[in-house]
Formats: sequence, structure tokens, C-alpha cells
Amino acid sequence: MLAPFSGVLRTVSERGHVSTAIRLTNLRKEFGDVVAVDSVDLDVADGEFLTLLGPSGSGKTTVLRMIAGFEQPTSGTIELAGVDVTQVPPYSRDVNTVFQDYALFPHMDVLSNVEYGLKVKKVSKAERRQRAEEALAAVRLEDYGARKPSQLSGGQRQRVALARALVNRPRVLLLDEPLGALDLKLREQMQVELKELQRAVGITFVFVTHDQEEALTMSDRIAVFDAGRIAQIGTPVEIYEHPKTPFVAGFVGVSNLLEAGVAASLLGREGLWSVRPEKIRVLLGTASPEGSERAAAGVIREVVYVGMSTRFIVDLDAGATLIAVQQNSHATSSELGAMRGQRVTLMWNTEHEIPVG
Amino acid sequence: MTTGRGTKVALSIFAVIAFLFVYIPLAVVLINSFNAGETLSWPPQGFSVRWWEAAVSNEGVREALVTSVVLGICATAVALVLGTLAALALGRYNFFGRDSVSLLIILPIALPGIVTGIALNNVFTTFLGGLTFFTLIVAHSTFCIVVVYNNALARVRRLGGNVEEASADLGARGWQTFVHVTFPLMRSALAAGALLAFGLSFDEIIVTTFTAGPGITTLPIWIYQNLFRPNQAPIVNVVAAFLVIVSILPIYIVQRFSSADERGGGVM
Ligand SMILES: Nc1ncnc2c1ncn2[C@@H]1O[C@H](COP(=O)(O)OP(=O)(O)O)[C@@H](O)[C@H]1O
Ligand SMILES: [Mg+2]
Repeated sequence: MLAPFSGVLRTVSERGHVSTAIRLTNLRKEFGDVVAVDSVDLDVADGEFLTLLGPSGSGKTTVLRMIAGFEQPTSGTIELAGVDVTQVPPYSRDVNTVFQDYALFPHMDVLSNVEYGLKVKKVSKAERRQRAEEALAAVRLEDYGARKPSQLSGGQRQRVALARALVNRPRVLLLDEPLGALDLKLREQMQVELKELQRAVGITFVFVTHDQEEALTMSDRIAVFDAGRIAQIGTPVEIYEHPKTPFVAGFVGVSNLLEAGVAASLLGREGLWSVRPEKIRVLLGTASPEGSERAAAGVIREVVYVGMSTRFIVDLDAGATLIAVQQNSHATSSELGAMRGQRVTLMWNTEHEIPVG
Repeated sequence: MTTGRGTKVALSIFAVIAFLFVYIPLAVVLINSFNAGETLSWPPQGFSVRWWEAAVSNEGVREALVTSVVLGICATAVALVLGTLAALALGRYNFFGRDSVSLLIILPIALPGIVTGIALNNVFTTFLGGLTFFTLIVAHSTFCIVVVYNNALARVRRLGGNVEEASADLGARGWQTFVHVTFPLMRSALAAGALLAFGLSFDEIIVTTFTAGPGITTLPIWIYQNLFRPNQAPIVNVVAAFLVIVSILPIYIVQRFSSADERGGGVM
């Protein structure tokens, strides 16, 4: 499937100019009876920002650990830059990891932490000092070199972990929920910084998260994981606008699924359909559709005020329940509260009806 | 949980009594070692270091001291190597029978010394052709390993495998990771284990009597041999005082270590 929005990277790679940084072929990992990763095929292009998105326990970390070399696949192969590294130990792979809990060396100061990779690779003292200081400057921690990790805040530790990995100029950087431990504000700021950094250094990023918004805002492409398998790979727009399975539709945004029966009577279409909440307008009373619009009557079951917007949960007469999100530009919260139980018409453009599957 | 006032008072009284029971005799030994009197009569007849001088110039005491120190160092060294390796293996890897192996390593410290002593004695005389200084080191190692192992294992568990994976990820080979990461992070735990092991070895007597080669006298054995010679009593008392100090010192230092660890979140 080639969507109208498919990213630049993909177009370029289809012309064959971009080489493959990582290729996973039929990867599988079992822990005893648990199949953590199953039949994973994945190509990551050089310089791409690829996100592994999925709920907790869906196998994201295990895939990352197999790429880094900490876990041996039960079967399948891992190639880095065209070379099969499935049997290569972690220290010989041109890959660096930013761990979820950062895993900084507690007995070394920040500068020694950042220098470590160069030191074990026998880079001269002068050069490694200079490169470490550059890396610290890149994450705006140039004045923190003498501190111990225990004297840093969570956000600062996160940036040290980043500098410690980037100083080695790896071909691929693996990041396991690197923003998971930060508070919301810092997290949003770091999302922007990380993305800018990745553009600047041009290193391939494989980024793990369970936060769909984070995945949608940062990635060139997203691989959605469901129980150890990849449910869908695509650009954020493809994933969001054209989810291939109900799981993807539900995990990436609110699903608003219209089951086959409802879809047939309401839309006159076959199969499973979905309409994103922000595409739906809520009109009091009855209203008739114009042009390419679709109307569905129902009753407001719940009104949830969420600051910038309001979420309406509407039971349709046709049998489904849809969620609609409206910006709070005019309404006051007391007016919104009074809307519970009222009859409304939901209205959306038919081009926003998305087939699922 | 709230404790009634009466209970608190009763507990405090018991604690003080127990405290006195343990430490008054030790205090008497220490004070008596500086007793100027000929017969250690109580109360002391003035302060003097004459018995300490006598003990130092006593050939038997000096030889016993050297024996005990060398023995303690050797047993501690063996325990450090084996205890650390065992802790790394059992703390890091999950394998069938791991808990049983762990129990077997710890057991020697729980077994009565006399049982360990007889068992080792049988093995040494039957299979190693008799008792020597070497057999004594092996015997002491069996219980020294336990404290090193316990200290090292607690640290291995606390560290997790994460920093070592980070090290490998950054390009360090196994030995580099050990030198730069694992060992520095375990150093304080190993030092604590080593001090406690040395302390254990230094005042051990039961296993020693069953496993020491002929003519080998450690400090505790020397005390035992001279205990009932009236003219030696003041020197025995000095040696006992010395043993008290050497046994308490490691525990004191280890406590200082661990509270510093907790405060600084750091490792020495
Ligand atoms: N070392 C392990 N031993 C046993 N089971 C594991 C191990 N690591 C992961 N698993 C299991 O594999 C599955 C995937 O885990 P993980 O890759 O950590 O998921 P995610 O990172 O998406 O949360 C889970 O069911 C987890 O319990
Ligand atoms: Mg994970």
C-alpha cells in the first residue's frame, strides 16, 4: 500500500539511494514458554527515525536487546549495514543504547561516563577529552562534567546517557523509553530536542515507546507491536489514517470503531470502519447533512472537560458509541455540563471514514 | 504499631542488662591488661603497660601472632577469590539447583565448628596425608568464604546487570568491564567481606585445633595452652585484650563503610 503521504525517506529508499542500517529477518525470541518476539521482519534505513510502538509486554525491549546483542534470537537473523551480526557480541556491534534507567556508572563523574566508550576503544586521552566535551555541549551539560550521576536530576541523567552513546558516533542509536521517567513538561521539551539532535547528527534512531502521541510526533516511521508481532509499519500519517487492524486503530488514537452491521446501516459500506474523534462535529438537536457530509443522531452519554478541548461520548441510535473531541473555543464548562443527556447530531465528512484492515 | 510506656521501659531495662552482661567482662579484660599488679587483683593497682611489654617480648606470643596473621591473610585471600566468583556466578545466572548451591556455600558458618573440624580432619588425614599449615588455611577458608560471598552477593544483586550491559554496549570486552565497572563497584563490599573474614579467622579456635599441623600455634591456641599456668595469666590477659580489639575493629570499620555507602549513594 502506498499512501499519498508516504514519507520522503521511503521514496528515496525505493529509488535505492539509501542503504539499510538494520535488517531483521524472521526474528523470534522465546523465554521458556513465552514467545516474546515472533516473525519480526523489519528494515530500517540509514538516518531514519524509527519508533517501536506498543503496549507493555509486546516485545519492544526484547527486539532492541537483540539488536544490541544482549539477547540471542531463538531464530532469525540481524544485519547491521548489510553484515550479519546475529552471533557478534555486543561490544563488537556498531550500535549504542540509551537505557530506560540510563545505567550511568555511579562511581565515575559525568565526563568519565561520556569518555568511557572512547577509553575502552583506546582513543588517545586528548581526543577523547575533546570529543566528550563536545558531546556534553551538544546536550547542554558542558558545566556538569565533574559531577557524579547521583548529583544530577532525571532530565540531566537522561542527557548524559545520550551524550555517552552519541560520543561514539555509532551507526545506530537504540533508545528504550528514554523519556519514560521524565515529567510531562520535560518530556515534551526532550521530544523536540531529541528529534532536532537526530536530524543534526544523522544517526539512525530506533526509539521504543508505549506513548502513541510521542511516536506520532517524532518518527519517520512507526512499527506497531502487538503481542510480539509487528501489526503494521508505516509513516505516522499512514498508521493514524489507515490502520490495518482494529488493534492499531485502537492503540494509535481513540478507535471509534464502527462494526460491520453499524457501518452497513449508517455508512452503507462493507467491513470495519472508523472515524477519528477530532473529525466529528457535535451539533445540538437535529441537523441535515450537506454535500459530502454524513450525519448520525444520538444522545450524549458523557461530557469530559479536558482543558483545551472537550470529549463527548455519544450513544448513536444506530447502535455504536462514538467519541467526538471539540476545541473549547466558545463554550464554558457549565454550559458543557448541561449537555449531558441531550439529543445531538454528529456530523463528519465522508472522506474521514477510514477502513480498518 | 504503638508500644505502651511500660513496655518501652521494660525493653530498655532488658537491653541495658544484656548490654552490661556482654561488655562488662570485656571491659574487665581490657582494663586488667593495664593492671600494674603482679596477680591482676581487683581493683587494679595502678596503670602500667608492663604486661603489654611482657607479651610483646614473649617469643611464644610473637610466633603465634605471626602465625595467626599469615593464616588470616591467606584464608582471606582464598575466600576473596572464590567467594567473589561464586557470588558473580550465583547472583548473575539462573540455573538448576542455584539455591541449593547457595545454601551449601553458606552452611559451614551454621554448622557446629566441632563437626566441621572433625570432618575436615578426617579428609585431611585420610586423603592429604596429614595436617599442615596448608590444611589449616583450607579449613579457615571454608568459613571465610561465607562472609565474602554474602557481602559480594548483596552487592551483585543491588547492581543488577545493567551497568555491565552498558559497558559492553560502549565497546568494552569482558575483562575491561570487570576492571572498569564491576570491580570498582564491588570494591567496598569486598573490603568489608575481607575484614570480616580476617576477623573470623583471627579468633577461631575449634576448627583450628582439629586441622592445624603439629607445632602450629595460633594466638587463640596459645591462650588455650597457657590459660592454666598461673604465672602466665597477665600475659594471657593481654593477648585476650588484643584479640578483642582485632575482632571488634573490622566490624566497626565495616559499619562505617556501609553507612557511608548509604549516605553518599556512592561506593568507595
Ligand atoms: N528475561 C526474560 N525472561 C523471561 N521473560 C521475559 C524476559 N524478558 C522479557 N520477557 C517477556 O517477554 C515479553 C516481552 O517483553 P518486553 O520485550 O520487555 O516487552 P516491552 O518492552 O514491549 O514491554 C513479556 O511477556 C515479558 O514478560
Ligand atoms: Mg520495555
